[in-house]
Amino acid sequence: MIRLAKSEKELKEVANKLRLDVIEMTSEAGSGHPGGSLSSADLMAVLYFRVMNHRPSDPSWDGRDRFILSKGHVAPILYASLAESGYFPVDELMTLRKINSRLQGHPVRGKVPGVEMSTGSLGQGLSMACGFALAAKMDGKKHRVYCLIGDGELQSGMNWEAAMFASQYKLNNLVAFVDRNRLQISGCTDDVMSIEPLERKWESFGWRVVTVDGHNIGQIINACNWAKRARTRPTVVIMNTIKGKGVSFMENNVAFHGKSCNQEEAVCAENELEEAMRFCR
Amino acid sequence: MSQMLAQRDYYGKALRALACREDIVVLDADLAGSTKTSEFQKVCPERFVEVGIAEQNMIGISSGLAAEGKTVFASTFGVFATGRCWEQIRLCAAYPKLNIKIVATHCGISVGEDGATHQALEDISLMRTLPNMTVISPADAYETYAATMAIAEYDGPVYMRMGRSPVPTVSKEGEKFTIGKAKVLLEGKDVSLFGTGQMVFNCIEAAEELRKEGISAEVINVSTIKPLDRETVLASVSGTGCAVTAEEHSIIGGLGSAVSELISEELPSPVQRIGTMDMFGESGSPAELFVKYGLTSSDIAEAARRAIKKKR
Repeated sequence: MIRLAKSEKELKEVANKLRLDVIEMTSEAGSGHPGGSLSSADLMAVLYFRVMNHRPSDPSWDGRDRFILSKGHVAPILYASLAESGYFPVDELMTLRKINSRLQGHPVRGKVPGVEMSTGSLGQGLSMACGFALAAKMDGKKHRVYCLIGDGELQSGMNWEAAMFASQYKLNNLVAFVDRNRLQISGCTDDVMSIEPLERKWESFGWRVVTVDGHNIGQIINACNWAKRARTRPTVVIMNTIKGKGVSFMENNVAFHGKSCNQEEAVCAENELEEAMRFCR
Repeated sequence: MSQMLAQRDYYGKALRALACREDIVVLDADLAGSTKTSEFQKVCPERFVEVGIAEQNMIGISSGLAAEGKTVFASTFGVFATGRCWEQIRLCAAYPKLNIKIVATHCGISVGEDGATHQALEDISLMRTLPNMTVISPADAYETYAATMAIAEYDGPVYMRMGRSPVPTVSKEGEKFTIGKAKVLLEGKDVSLFGTGQMVFNCIEAAEELRKEGISAEVINVSTIKPLDRETVLASVSGTGCAVTAEEHSIIGGLGSAVSELISEELPSPVQRIGTMDMFGESGSPAELFVKYGLTSSDIAEAARRAIKKKR
């Protein structure tokens, strides 16, 4: 378990520890989605170990910030973040996708402490997040709602229904992150179904938009701080990322969208990530 | 004496009465005037949420609200509520077992002139197949009111359906509604008529027609289709030996299927299903459509005669 609230350098190390967990758990499971998990690791480190108000020992604490993983297939990075921040034992990560495990292939509300909502069918998380954010407004509560969306997932129209709703209802307590790694199962998002121009799309839907390097801890933190200053509009942070980030042979390799490493690859990946962690120290 | 009252008007009245409950939130997709959620909006605009013509988003938003402790009523027409949003309901309401009440109006062929696109004839089937989902189809306006109050108390996802037009009352104002309980309205010995929604009234009329021929029909209002009241259904069929089901819905997947599944497993007996066949509806007046699609009380009586003949 890693303690919360870290320096930028420490957060980089945490992100790599989460990546290491992802490689280990998906390799042990023999399946899963490591590519998008690795691209989201820096954001998850920032959210769970620095930005979000939460109490791992009290998962239903009313004042907690809510996190909705719309791209539910990257459950491994969520489970790693929850385990490493203390929601459940880190050892349990090795039960991912196995029979009778709480750690289902996609997150399930009520099964795993810290999982706010069942997700996995793409395109629906932002609507759910709108509901959470609206409830907070209705009840005069101050917590924030964070939602991580995949870039390919934005091809689903329900996101844009939710985007309209969030600006209509002035959900300034809502922050969406787009993991813009530019790859989906069938290839490049541009080739499958382009979502460009992405910034202008969100802007035209009435959102505040900021684009960051999704692997730059400082930029992610700054974007989260900027989101907190929203007065009337929801905020979207578009994170330019690299699918499979942190493991040389997985980077920008669409094959690892939904495939785990074999034994040899896993050893190689773990060595690279351990080396990167030593570099952080 | 029965009166002609619209179920949706009583849904609106019930929501109005529920407005005093702070946890109730009502969602609309640009049909508040038609679904009568406008009644809630009038008295409680702060907990009325207009999502626009975006039903899938409405279900997603419902799940976030319900996760935060709200009791959510989300309403639109039956076709959109269940068909357009089926997978959203599966993920956002049924799987996490959240407190979302999807209440649909304009179900069945009695929508009439708007035609097939607006006639929900598959909604019960779609909702019944979802784990954790309770499916309710009240018989009249009074029962709709009571059922709305009951589902507001119940913790979990519910689908409730009703038609558009006024329907004859078969229950009394203030009668208690228990989720999962079917009601025997008329006792009989020769055949069980299981009706749901406004077809319960047609079953009562059919029983009257049969009585003139010396056939004693039992009429049961099955307003909760899931979970089905196994005890009442089996007790009735064990007494009469055969059954007719009647619903303003496809004969595939609705009440007819639910009752047939139970009877074939537990008490094999002849069952005749009244409902629309494997086909879409069309434009026309509700009365004309009821005749054309075989949903009248005479059709039910004829089905009863067939069922009785098939008894060993």
